[in-house]
Amino acid sequence: MRRLAYLLPVLLFAVVALFFLKGLGLNPREVPSPLIDKPAPALTLPLLKGDGQFTLAELKGRVTLINFFASWCVPCLSEHPLLMEMSKKGTLDIVGVAYKDKPEASLAWLARHGDPYRRIAVDNDGRTAIDWGVYGVPESYLVDGEGRIRFKQVGPLTREVLEKTVLPMVKELRK
Amino acid sequence: MRRALPLALALLLAAAPAGAVNPDEMLPDPALEHRARELGRELRCLVCQNQSIDDSDADLARDLRVIVRERIQAGDSDGAVKQYLVERYGDFVLLKPPFRPGTWALWLGPFLLLIGAVAAARTVYRRRRAEGAQAPAPLSAEERRRLDALLRDDPS
Repeated sequence: MRRLAYLLPVLLFAVVALFFLKGLGLNPREVPSPLIDKPAPALTLPLLKGDGQFTLAELKGRVTLINFFASWCVPCLSEHPLLMEMSKKGTLDIVGVAYKDKPEASLAWLARHGDPYRRIAVDNDGRTAIDWGVYGVPESYLVDGEGRIRFKQVGPLTREVLEKTVLPMVKELRK
Repeated sequence: MRRALPLALALLLAAAPAGAVNPDEMLPDPALEHRARELGRELRCLVCQNQSIDDSDADLARDLRVIVRERIQAGDSDGAVKQYLVERYGDFVLLKPPFRPGTWALWLGPFLLLIGAVAAARTVYRRRRAEGAQAPAPLSAEERRRLDALLRDDPS
């Protein structure tokens, strides 16, 4: 009993230290989304190219990556080659949402760096982005065939995340 | 110099409470605007994270301030406005975490630790006092003889 009383502080310290150790490896900039596994919020926005509107209903039955981007966003440029590669290989459909960006600027940026998107919607005032819980571009959402959000990437999509998390999920969802 | 001091202090105090709220965002009704301010102070700017949307100059904070005012004007209660943002950004958007089973440890942990510490300190203190209260054992014959010898042996 006596010995236990002396060990207690050591045990308490060990538990707290374990929590801190785990916390050290977490990224405070990544806020977990409450929308995972929930139906995606409405997304009805004008198209960047041509007239007409884009609605989520278009994507029914296919797994799609919704990518919020902007021509003024520097980290978007760092994920862009990966998106181009995905589009060329036909890995996964990508729909772009231009966040608070002038259409001319988006178009010029895509002309310069390539257009990996199947469709591009324009979110001029950023309201749709707020409905989706976007707090900085780029952010990408994996939406399944029934219109549910299955995964969210905050910040640029990396090859590691794509290959280790997104693609296995896509494979599972396409079954 | 003396006369300028009160004026300087008054100016300093007047400047302090002005957050990042721009005049064009404000609601015409001061009561509603006051509610929006109170709410804005409890909502986290997700870009700068340790600032409230009321304090932050970030673009997103501005958008959220405008949304808070829109919801208030639409007749939402304070709770409904917070719920609107929690549905999109999760509990993290609240600067004060809600009291739910998942956060019980967070809210109650410090008090439990304090109660535990007080209880432990009391036990230790009591035990020590009980030990101190016991009268020391009387001297044995041998000890008494040695003590007498020491007292008698006067060095001077």
